[in-house]
Order: sequence, then C-alpha cells, then structure tokens
Amino acid sequence: MNACRILNSARGMAALVLISTLAGCANVEPWVKPYERERLADPIMKTSGGALADKHREHVREVREASRGANGVQGGGCGCK
Amino acid sequence: MAASKLWLQWARPWRRALRAVAGLTGGLLAASSGRALTLPEDSAEALFHMYKGGGLTASGPAVLVRKSLADKVSLSGSYYVDSVSSASVDVITTASPYKEKRTEYGFGADYVYRDSQITLSGSNSKEPDYTANSMGLDIAQEVFGGMTTIGLGYTRGADKVGQKGIGFFDNAKHWQYRFGITQILSPRWIASANFEAISDSGYLGSPYRVARVFGAAIPERVPRTRSSRALKFRTSHDLGSRNAVHAEYRYFWDTWAIKAHTAELGYSRYFGDLWLADAFLRFYSQKHALFYSDNAAAESLYISRNRQLSTFNSIGLGGKVSYTWKRVPGKYEIKANGAYELVQYKFKDYTDIRSGGTYSLNANVLQLSITATF
Amino acid sequence: MSLQTKPVAVTRRVMLGAALAACASIALPAVTPAMVAPDFTLRTMSGPNLRLQEQRGQVVLVNFWATWCGPCRQEIPHLNRLYDKYRTSGFQLLGVNIDDDARAATELATRLGVKFPVLLDTDKKASRLYDMSAMPATVVIDRDGRVRYVHRGYRDGFEKTYEQQIRELLKE
Repeated sequence: MNACRILNSARGMAALVLISTLAGCANVEPWVKPYERERLADPIMKTSGGALADKHREHVREVREASRGANGVQGGGCGCK
Repeated sequence: MAASKLWLQWARPWRRALRAVAGLTGGLLAASSGRALTLPEDSAEALFHMYKGGGLTASGPAVLVRKSLADKVSLSGSYYVDSVSSASVDVITTASPYKEKRTEYGFGADYVYRDSQITLSGSNSKEPDYTANSMGLDIAQEVFGGMTTIGLGYTRGADKVGQKGIGFFDNAKHWQYRFGITQILSPRWIASANFEAISDSGYLGSPYRVARVFGAAIPERVPRTRSSRALKFRTSHDLGSRNAVHAEYRYFWDTWAIKAHTAELGYSRYFGDLWLADAFLRFYSQKHALFYSDNAAAESLYISRNRQLSTFNSIGLGGKVSYTWKRVPGKYEIKANGAYELVQYKFKDYTDIRSGGTYSLNANVLQLSITATF
Repeated sequence: MSLQTKPVAVTRRVMLGAALAACASIALPAVTPAMVAPDFTLRTMSGPNLRLQEQRGQVVLVNFWATWCGPCRQEIPHLNRLYDKYRTSGFQLLGVNIDDDARAATELATRLGVKFPVLLDTDKKASRLYDMSAMPATVVIDRDGRVRYVHRGYRDGFEKTYEQQIRELLKE
C-alpha cells in the first residue's frame, strides 16, 4: 500500500516537472529556421541504406537475436512543406 | 503465472500513458498551424541480399516500387524472397540439412495532411510451414516549428504455425506499440528516442527444435506469452566537411528475463561528387531467457535450447558504398549500392556438441542494390 | 487506490495536453501583409547585383527556394510559366536561393530552364530579414513595395492562387 502511494507521488512529481518544463517551452522560439536545415536534409544524415536494405538488415538481426523493436525512423529531414 | 499478473499490473500505467499520448496527438492534429510534411519521393529499388554464417545461407532478391498519386497519397509495394539453405549446428546435430523458400509481399500507403503523415502498411509472408500477416498504422506529427517530430505506431500480426508432414496446427498473435520523438538540436545535429512495446501470444517456439534435459533430447516447451520493451536513443551529427557521425544505443527487456544492449557507431563521408561511403561498428550483448538451458539439470515447465535465447555477444563491422550512376537534378537519380558486414557471435552458454566447447560463429551479410528516385 | 487516482490522473493529462498544445503554437511571422517589404540587395546567378527597391512600380513575387527542398523544385516550372506570361505587363519574379553552395543552385536552375532572375543568398541575409517559417516561401509585393500576400510551403494548386493574386495586383 505504502509502496503504491510512493510510486503514485513519484509519477505525479515527474508529470508536474514535465508540465512546467513544457509550459516554459511555449516561450522558447524554434532555434533552427527552415532555411538553416540544408545539412539536416542531406542523405548523409540518414543511416538508412534504402528501404529494402534496412528491412533485410533488421530481419537478419531479429532472427539471430532475442531483442527486437524501437527501430523507428529518425525523421527530421528538410522540413519542407 | 504470478509473474505475468504482476507484469500486467506494472504495464497498466504504460498502457494508460500510451492512450493519453494518442489522445494528445489527436489534439495536436486539430491545432496544427496549417503547415505540412512532404510525401516520400517516388522511387524504385532492387536488392540482392545474402546472409552466410554458421552453416546457414539465406539469400534472395527483393523489389520495391513507390509512386505518389495526385500529390496526396504515396503508394508502395514490395516483393521479397528469402531462400534458406541450412546446415547450421543445431540443424546438423538434431535433424538434417534443409532448403526452404519464404516469400513476402508488402504494401504501404502514405497520406500527408498539414503537419501530419499517416502511414498504413501491411505484409504477408509465406513459407511452407509458416505464414505471417500484419497490418500497421503509423502517425508522424511535426510540432514546435518543425523542429520536433512525434511518432506513434501500432502493428497487429497474426501467424499460422505449421510443421512439415503435419500441416498448420497452431497460431501466434503479435501486438506492437511504438512511440518516438525526433528533435533537431542544431542546424547540424539531430537526435531521437524511440520506445516500442511488443506482445506475443500463442505458439512462440519451433516444432523442430529440441531442448536438452539430463543430456537427453526432448521437444522444447516455450511460454505462450511474451511481452517485451525496447528503448533506443539515436543521434547524427554533421561534421562540416561533407561527413557525418552517427551513434545509437538500445536497451531491451522482456518477460522472459532477457536483457540486451545494442550499441552502434557509424561514420559517413562523401568522396567527390558521386561516391558516398559509410562504416559502422556494432556491439551486441544479451542475457539468456529464464527457461533457457544448454543442458538442464532439473525438470521445469518451460525449457528451450534455442541459441537465439542464450547468453551471447556479437561484434559487427560493416561498410557501405553508394555510387551515383546517373543524376539529373530535379528529375531523377539512380544509385548503385553495396554493403558488407562481418559479424562474430560468441555464445557463453551454448555448447557445440561436436567439439564440446562453447559455440561461436562468423557471419557475412551482403547487400547489393540499385535505387532510383524520380 | 485506483479510485483515488482517477480524477488526479485526468487533470494531469489535460494539463499535459494544454502544455503541449501551447508548444505547437505558431511563431509570430516577421513579414506580414500591409507592411513595407524589407529591402535587400543580392548577387544574381548571371553576375550583377539586384536590389528589391529598384523593382518599385512593378508587381513583385519573391520566392525563397533551395535545391534540397522537394516542393521548391516542384514549384519552379510553375513560377517559370507565370514569369513568361506576365513579365511584359509589369510583373517581376525574383527567386532567392538559400543553398550554401551557389554552384548547386546554378546547376539546378539551368537544368530546369529558369528564366526569371535567381538571386543567391548564401549567407542567409534576406532569409533572416524575411524570417520565413517554411520552405519554400512566397511573398507577393504590390507596386508600392508593400507586402500583400504571404504563402508558406507549396502544394499542388498554389500556382493558381499566385496567378489570381498577380492579376489582381496588376489591375491596381
């Protein structure tokens, strides 16, 4: 019972800290402008070797290793609209 | 059984959190500032892939085509073949070498609306004794002036498990929940964090694999549920002279008591106008599953001698080269790519019964492809 | 225990949502309709400098683009067409390129057969002045040098809106 309450308040504390940080971020301006994103749009910043090659590499690893997942794409790129 | 109940209790806040975030993203979608992501470029890829290691060879071709319609939707389709010829140590010592072919079809549809990208994907994989179908939905949302991208994803899979000579006798279901944040830190630096929870239920073992109890071979008994979590941190930094460095780390843990660490370092560099080269180094280590044993000295409800679940580590060193064969700026670009990786596996609690010592193997992974964007 | 946490959990979620929504808010743009278009002088692809203020008396469309931006490349043929059609009626189109490498810009512009003047803004002077929040960005300026319309990004059909606005301003 005690342990539950502690965990609860720990989660509550963490949420409050997160909220205050994020509320503060409403005053922070994006510091990288769309016209400064040339380097980020370059293919050299991606670790991908092509959709099929990535799929194969992931498959090879998943078959031989017990761990899987969290391989989401690192987006970002050119930020063009 | 008690362990899985405790696990569900612990997992409840995670599930609540995931639902909360899903709700938030819906709110963000509604409050979008009228800007948009871009559809993926039209492309076509052809790949020849090969894995050769420890007596097993798996190779085959693969093709992918992606085309956008009316600048609104991008459709993709893929065909992937895996021809496996296995004479690996567990196959040789417990069964006989075999040859098998697996065919996989995939499709995807990407839709971009203002700040968000919605991706629907599906795949169907068939081999003589195993079929797997899956459907997935991913949402990516740009926030904070386009500097932050939040991603949510869900995939549901259903498999039919069979055995040669018997046919399909059981099934397995999978659920994957993904959450990721990508953050631009500077004009040259990008970082991301990805979390994925995967749950499986059903027949999760192999009807061909045997475990060893008191030196005798018996069919393996694997739990019918598994829940895993993985957290990966990734970053890329442009170094300024047409080169970049990459680093990533992933921690994995699951209800089978497996804990794994993955760390990878990469370096990319342009050579002239037409060549791009990458090199990477990957470290992997994992601790064995609760019910894994090389040679069990006691009877237990679950027992397995699956190498994949043992304690082992691996080091991989690889390189990739890409040559821009034809480029018409603004129209199309064709690249020829080659990648090779050498991986050394060292098993700590799996013995090679042919030699008596712990098992280790070297594997070669080769990928040759042509990619075109237009 | 779970009954006690329910209302608190809901409030926490709502607050978190509100905070995140605040983050997603739009940054105030530096260039708004009705203000005088900030002046700049940049080198053109062909050599000589070109100053925005010298275009007074003409309707000007300033388009910020880059070679690494897909929608920018898609938009250029449409801009070319508009330039061809209205240049003799008192219309000027300026393409401001923001690539770090001017060579890449020149190569792409030549390949695409760009006829309108391409200005090179490698040190991002004009971009910072206009502080556009998207790529590509288009500003339509009237004969008096005032900003009339601002477009962020490019999607299929935008060129029709550009044409409408150009015709409207040419009539003035």
